[in-house]
Amino acid sequence: MVISAKNLGLTFQTGDGTVEALKDVNLEIKAGEFVSFIGPSGCGKTTFLRVIADLEQPTAGTITVDGKTPAEARKARAYGYVFQSPALFPWRTVEKNVALPLEIVGMDRRQAAAHIARTLELVELGGFEKKYPWQLSGGMQQRVSIARALAFDANLLLMDEPFGALDEIVRDRLNEQLSALWQRTAMTIAFVTHSIPEAVYLSTKIVVMSPRPGRVIDIIDSPLPKERPLDIRESAEFLALAHRVREGLRAGHSEDS
Amino acid sequence: MFQRMMSGTLGPVLVVVTALMVIWYGFAVFLNTPWQNDKNTRAEVVMAPMEFVGATLSQKRPLLPGPHQIAAELFKTTVQTPPTSKKSLIFHGWITLSSTVLGFAFGTLLGIVLAVAIVHNQTSNRSLMPWIIASQTVPIIAIAPMVIVVLNAVGISGIVPKALISTYLSFFPIVVGMVKGLRAPEAIQLDLVHTYSASPWQTFWKLRWPMAMPYLFTSMKVGIAAALVGAVVAELPTGSAGGYGARLLAGSYYGQTIQIWSALIAAATLAALLVLAVGLTERLVNASMGARP
Repeated sequence: MVISAKNLGLTFQTGDGTVEALKDVNLEIKAGEFVSFIGPSGCGKTTFLRVIADLEQPTAGTITVDGKTPAEARKARAYGYVFQSPALFPWRTVEKNVALPLEIVGMDRRQAAAHIARTLELVELGGFEKKYPWQLSGGMQQRVSIARALAFDANLLLMDEPFGALDEIVRDRLNEQLSALWQRTAMTIAFVTHSIPEAVYLSTKIVVMSPRPGRVIDIIDSPLPKERPLDIRESAEFLALAHRVREGLRAGHSEDS
Repeated sequence: MFQRMMSGTLGPVLVVVTALMVIWYGFAVFLNTPWQNDKNTRAEVVMAPMEFVGATLSQKRPLLPGPHQIAAELFKTTVQTPPTSKKSLIFHGWITLSSTVLGFAFGTLLGIVLAVAIVHNQTSNRSLMPWIIASQTVPIIAIAPMVIVVLNAVGISGIVPKALISTYLSFFPIVVGMVKGLRAPEAIQLDLVHTYSASPWQTFWKLRWPMAMPYLFTSMKVGIAAALVGAVVAELPTGSAGGYGARLLAGSYYGQTIQIWSALIAAATLAALLVLAVGLTERLVNASMGARP
């Protein structure tokens, strides 16, 4: 089990009282799964990802990452994290940005160079090593940030709405590339999104969440094959799955309105 | 034609300079008139209007010298006087420049060290900041002579006490700018290095420091001009040791207004050159950090 959460809860103290960002979340993610978290804003999907990454501390329940606590997993560099924006360092070239985590780990230069070349190849950015972030499009910048998250060979990739700021066409293309990348590397991916087609297209498991309090209302195992061309989105299976996700989201919403 | 001229930099600059000259000459004639009148009355001379205006602009110790008198003095004391002479503005400029640069170097270093302490430590944030702000509310003209006298009494003299006054004035903008600069990284960037389990040291060198560079250079431009003011003020009580401050003081003792004004202009020019030098360094650093040209 890569991730195992039991009765996980997290409450924030804010000016206007307590906010239950997560309540009684029970979830298990197996190695090699592609799990999407979908739900309206405030449903705790990003918070859950940040708990896995040890960026937030849960206030109830337990969670293990690779059998360890999130803090231990972070120190063991068990995961790579892709944020909503690329967050590249503008004073570093593409290869230097990808090198950043390797410098921090203290990998020697020659070994690091091999890692960088390989990860840039994985995100199809070979030839752009010496460019600065401002010379790249938004989609390319986000691919650099994916390469950076892959750089130290963690088996778990956490992605927080990585394509949310990109246009539809670029997004389709990146979804296709990400799906191919996942098939080739056999990684476990946890992916936060609020796009239904994106979640259905990419995932082997879809976690539907609902706000106030943030909780899991449905976990759907995808019957789609591992190999997924873009036009699978026209198939009846795909549409049925998308329908079920939409129904789930609507049910979660009607409770509080 | 007029529009084309005014669309560049040269046109507007010329207009402003011309306007300033007209105003300056107007004031010079106006302010020097009473003395010229007295002189003419005593000598029982009657002048034609144009002759009178010419006389107000060629007095030896005018209340306000005309720009051409200052220009002539500047030319005489820089080009026509050897730089080793005590009458050379280049000689005095070198004295002021060396203590400015030394004091500024101290000030920059001190400012950065304080900013690092403030950003990394809540206690120093709360304990240091009020003192740093209070330090700048003390009028420098009051504290400078005391510092120099006290340091002289303990056997420290020469360039160091003067440089310390420059340090005192220049560290402040550096602290304020660097505190802001070192806090400039966004939450997402700090989260990123947190996911790598980076040490505070690594976070500093790989994220906070490069992020603070634009703030550092902006503060350095303010700081170096302040350092020059500090050096000039510090030269007032030391008198005979030279520098633009000494030159200003000597000029005011003997009513040599032309000398005062030319020392002022020389100091202002030096300040502009120093700010320019910081700006050029900034460009080089920016280019090496891959900034968009």
